[in-house]
Order: sequence, then structure tokens, then C-alpha cells
Amino acid sequence: MNIEFADVSVKKGEVTVLQDISIRLSERRIGVIGRNGSGKSTFARLFNGIEVPTSGKMLLDGVPERKNLRRHVGFVFQNPDNQIVYPIVEEDLAFGLKNLKLSRNETEDRIADAMRRLGIDHLRNRLTHQLSGGEKQMIALVGVLVMRPRMIVFDEPTTLLDLWNKQKFMATINDLPQHVVVVSHDLELLRGFDRILHIEAGRIVADGNPVSVLDNYIASSQC
Amino acid sequence: MLTDLYIFADSPLHRTRPGIKIGVLVLFCTLLFVFEGWVTLALGGVAVALCLALSGLRARHVVATLRPAVWILLAIFLVQSYLVDILFASFVVFRFAVLILAATVVTATTRTSEMVDGILAGLQFAPSWVPKNQIALGVSLCLRFIPLVLSVFHDVRQAQRARGLDRNLTALLVPLVVRTLKTADEVAQAIHARSFD
Repeated sequence: MNIEFADVSVKKGEVTVLQDISIRLSERRIGVIGRNGSGKSTFARLFNGIEVPTSGKMLLDGVPERKNLRRHVGFVFQNPDNQIVYPIVEEDLAFGLKNLKLSRNETEDRIADAMRRLGIDHLRNRLTHQLSGGEKQMIALVGVLVMRPRMIVFDEPTTLLDLWNKQKFMATINDLPQHVVVVSHDLELLRGFDRILHIEAGRIVADGNPVSVLDNYIASSQC
Repeated sequence: MLTDLYIFADSPLHRTRPGIKIGVLVLFCTLLFVFEGWVTLALGGVAVALCLALSGLRARHVVATLRPAVWILLAIFLVQSYLVDILFASFVVFRFAVLILAATVVTATTRTSEMVDGILAGLQFAPSWVPKNQIALGVSLCLRFIPLVLSVFHDVRQAQRARGLDRNLTALLVPLVVRTLKTADEVAQAIHARSFD
């Protein structure tokens, strides 16, 4: 699978958030770094169409896509509280599948399968607002996984997690068979990735392997 | 809390179709106002008590449901006592309590997703321009986000107290509204990301 940004710019009012991004992404593990307000969250939201380019095009496997991007790309938000829609875990997980108009059996199979794979079957009948932060983040991820996207984008997924949950969550991400894009300030989490993009002031200023990009990023922050 | 009230059980009320429960609730509430009187109210009270027992709700759930309404019920009682008499005030307050508990029976035995299905079933004959899915989802989100808004409220109140602003309504409301709207924005994006049209 590959996603291509062709001269993509995003403007919000008078402010240019992203400018002339042209890039083709096909690696399985892609990390995105940058300062606060650099445009990386907007960049991440373009992947599944939450954000729409003001100019330019998004191409999926070489074909221009707009509305169907979200069928192929899942999105996990920083704060799972804002992603979980229903009060009971099981019915929240069924939300996306219902939107895809899947049968009840297919819905139940997919939920059971995804929960078993992540080892959280015991949460199935729990009230979502009573879960811990780590459990909520897992539920948010399962809510995306059940829709079987080909790529999953994570926007600072570990910011609200403690060390244990962070490591568990990252191990889960690393085991995913899908293509993964992770926006994060936690550089250690991105060390084993295939490709790192460094965004500043709405432009990609560095693009390459983790060793060179991350080391340069750290060096630039110490100037 | 309202969203704490769903009781995991397999009672006849749990198995009843949500559309029927919502319909009966609306009818029950209407009848309590149409046939005003202590006899009707007593019969209604007994019916609600039976349903509560049948749905698996315990006394603590009933107390938890009525507790947030105590001050409002008390205010109604005082005003009605002053305007009419104590007997009528008691009647009005008792009727409100029965209505609240009748609604509790529905929320305790109906999952939010089932309630959405019930609302959608009720709207099936509505004209095509009526945004049925959006209305149903809107209702479900109201239930889901009560605890979230409450937790934002507590966060903001604690933050303001830490700054010495104990009784400043503006200092409480402005950040609460701003954070709630911001959350609403992200929730809308999340719903869109999960293929809701």
C-alpha cells in the first residue's frame, strides 16, 4: 500500500498550516516528529480524510482519493475519551462496523477476534468511562482494528499513558500487521521505525532513517 | 450517574424491544398528567416499583437516581406549598419522582445502541429530510458525554480553586464551555473517522 501527497497545502483562515507537501509513503512503520504547532497533527489527519487539502491531492495506490480514504486508513486520537462514542465497550466497538453496514454475526466475530488478539476480552461488558487510561486507549485501538483498515495513524497515542501502559501500547503497535504512522514527541518509541519525517512550520524539513533524522532533531533542539 | 445505570442482566425488560419501552414510557408519562389524581399516581408508583424490581435495580440505584433531583424536588415542593397547599405540593413531587424512576427503568434495561435503534425505528416514517441517524446519534452522545463533561467540570473547578477562585461563576463556566466545545470538535472528527455519514 502507498499513500501519496501531491502538492498538498492546508490553510486555516489566513494561516498556512501545511505548505506544498509532496511525498510518497509505502514503508510499514513511519514516524512523524516536530515541534508543537508545526503542522504534524494536521498532516496526520490528512491520511484518513478528517482534514481535507486546501490544494493538492491525496493518492491511494496511485489513485486520487478523498471520501474513501477513511475506509482504508484508521485513526487513533491522542485522547481516547474523545474517540469512544458509546458507554459500553462492546457497543462502542460495534459503532464503526454498524456504519459499514456489516451483519450482526460479522460484527460480533470481528469484535471477539480483535479483543482476543489484544488480550482484553474481559473488558467487553465494561462501562467505558470506568476504564483506566491504558484500557481506554486499547479500546480506541480495537475500535479502529475491527474495521480492518490497511493503515492506522496514531496521533500522539502514548502522551496520556504511564510508562507501563506506554510500553504495552507500543508493543501492540509494533505487532500490528497494518502499515502504521505514529506522530509522537517520544523519540525513543520511533527508533525502530523504517522512516521518520520531521515537520517544521508546515514543511517536511527532514526525511530518512531514524538514526539520522532523530539525531539531527535532538541536536537542533539543543542549539 | 445516568450512564452508570445500565444493569447487565437478562430480565424480560432487558429483552423487550427498545422502541416499545420508549413508547410505553411516553404513554405512561402522558397518562399520569391526563388522569391526575392520587389513585392513578399510586397505581403508577406500584407499576414502576414492580418494573424496578424486575429489571434488577437495587435500592442504592434508586437513591443514586433521585439524589441529584432532590434539590429541584425540594424547590418545587416549597413553591407549590406556598402557592397551593402541602397536599398538592406532595402530589407534584411524588409524580416527578415516579416519572424519573420510570425513565430509569428504561435506561437501566436499554443499552445506548439499542436506544439509538429504537429512536431510528420510531423515525422510520419521518420525511426523508429528517436527519434520522444524526438525531439518534445525538441522543446517544448526550448520554455518553455526561460523565465526560462532569469530569471536565471537576477538573476546571479544582484548577480554579488552586488559584483561589472559589466562587467565580465566569471563571468556571468559560473554560468549561471552551473545553466542552473543543472536545465536541474532536468527537465529531472521531465519528467521521469511524465511517459515520
